[in-house]
Amino acid sequence: MSIELIIGILEIILIATTPLVFAGIGELVTEKSGVLNLGVEGMMLVGAVTAFVTLVITGNYFFAFLISILSGVIMSGLFAILVLFLMSNQIATGLALTIFGIGLSSMLGKEYIGTPIDGLSPWFFVIFSFVIVFFISYFFYKTKMGLILRAVGESHNSAHALGYSVIKIRFLSILFGGSMCALAGSYISICYAPMWQEGMTAGRGWIALALVVFATWKPERVLIGAYIFGGVTILQMNLQALGLRFPGQFFSMAPYIATIVVLVLISSNRLRIKLSAPASLTIPFYKGR
Amino acid sequence: MIKFITFIATFLVFAFGSAKAEPKKVGFIYIGPPGDHGWTYMHDVGRKYMESQLGDSITSTYIENVPENADAVRAIRKLADSGHDLIFTTSFNYMDQTHEVAKDFPDVKFEHATGYIQADNVATYSARFYEGRMIEGHIAGHMSKTGTIGYIASFPIPEVVRGINAFYLAAAKVNPDIKMKIIWVFTWYDPGKEADAANTLINQGADIIVQHTDTYAPCQAAQKAGVFAFGQASNQEEFCPDAHLTSIEDIWGPYYADRAKAVVDGTWSSGDTWDGMDKGMVVMSPYNTKLMPASLIQEAVNMEVGIKDGTLHPFTGPIYNQAGELVVPDGEVAPDGMLLGMNFYVQGIDGEVPQ
Repeated sequence: MSIELIIGILEIILIATTPLVFAGIGELVTEKSGVLNLGVEGMMLVGAVTAFVTLVITGNYFFAFLISILSGVIMSGLFAILVLFLMSNQIATGLALTIFGIGLSSMLGKEYIGTPIDGLSPWFFVIFSFVIVFFISYFFYKTKMGLILRAVGESHNSAHALGYSVIKIRFLSILFGGSMCALAGSYISICYAPMWQEGMTAGRGWIALALVVFATWKPERVLIGAYIFGGVTILQMNLQALGLRFPGQFFSMAPYIATIVVLVLISSNRLRIKLSAPASLTIPFYKGR
Repeated sequence: MIKFITFIATFLVFAFGSAKAEPKKVGFIYIGPPGDHGWTYMHDVGRKYMESQLGDSITSTYIENVPENADAVRAIRKLADSGHDLIFTTSFNYMDQTHEVAKDFPDVKFEHATGYIQADNVATYSARFYEGRMIEGHIAGHMSKTGTIGYIASFPIPEVVRGINAFYLAAAKVNPDIKMKIIWVFTWYDPGKEADAANTLINQGADIIVQHTDTYAPCQAAQKAGVFAFGQASNQEEFCPDAHLTSIEDIWGPYYADRAKAVVDGTWSSGDTWDGMDKGMVVMSPYNTKLMPASLIQEAVNMEVGIKDGTLHPFTGPIYNQAGELVVPDGEVAPDGMLLGMNFYVQGIDGEVPQ
């Protein structure tokens, strides 16, 4: 194996994994505050389509990403209002958000399917994805705000009793998660595979959700998990292209199996769940109770 | 009395007239969105052509993005339940689901694309895409400088394996040292993964990308890397003008119009249709004159003529399998039965078909 080949493989792994890191870290922050948002896939799709359409109309990459992130804020804001103020069930609302996002993105993008655009180099975003993970890790474990956010996710009643605004913190966490998912989507439609196609995220939102569990709610582990997933996917492609006889199907499903194994392992021990999962995850917060 | 007769006559005209004009309903099940500019797009082009040909005698609907699992049963049943007379299920892996629903609706006609099992009310139809693969292989043999072809395959079904073999046989005839690198992505539709596969193949030295997946992401990746590519299912030149050599286009319209007309006329019967270039079901996109020498384009056009008049067949013996056994004797062509069930690589291709 030549050094160019290895560098090439690493480049492809980095490009392919970055959207998972963005969506995974966004969802992690949301879940750390005690809210489970299953709408990742839908928000990614809406982020992808708004970025693409904005780019086609304005020709400006900056606006494209800005509008996309704004769309993520709006989508997740809608979710936040429903689950935080109207106390709707988080799981059902999140699923509805995904279904809504799939439909909305298809509708918004109908006229723009097959419009050719010039893709943007992915490298800025690849580096940014590492920066954001280390920033979030620092934020959680080295800052007071991070501690408060985690406290809200662990026990909202205690946090409330101490005078922290549970609703406000959760709202902001959800918006952050939404904007990261939209960023992941816009990265896909503008850098990774520069085009708009309905449903083009092809299930990456669900993988991001699984990654958060796989990472047992730790930021650096989201990064590691994402790279295990991306790495296995790209490496098995390389092995196939080298003509090695090996079961490609197995490696296609390997990351999913790994997630299930981790799920089984952490759920087999109640203490381990308590140590890792935010204790108030999916539990609605009623003020004054 | 005359008034009464007029009344009755008017009544009859209205009653039977309107009954006669009741349009037949034609439904389609799509694996992807009609906007994929690939497989599903071409089925939708076919559907629209059918509508334009038959006018008011039919109406048509489609359900898009139907996964190849139990969801497909629900989608097909939904169409059958809502009074559709003819239902096209346009992906190979809808086979069991189509037959499951067809059993419960003996009066509804079903057409399963690329399938091989028929029933009284289930016909199958497909196009001989491998004829186009032969031409692509010939072009690739001439155009590749590294002698390495990158092939993005979807699922290990005969249809895809046949395309790989037809491509390789033609390419190896031009350049016996040609190497094929094949990546199975186990999806029809995932622009990101398709781009990953293309980039992986290019990274490993392929300078021509062939795809059997549904979006133009591989062609785009080829354009970016400065190598050549063949599009899939529809003409994809506008997305990658500096890479796109040609595409195999699937032309379903005339078949759909034919079958819908048969339902309108009440002459529909089950059967198996497998047409190719001679019937216009498989068409090559305009060859890229900027990238290909005129002599090569002429050769490709001559091959089209040969395939159409039957003097040229992609699977003409001697053909050996990987174990070195003669599977098609010298001078003979592979029978359709062998082509339909093809699950082995021919001699010269590395690796093995995933089982």
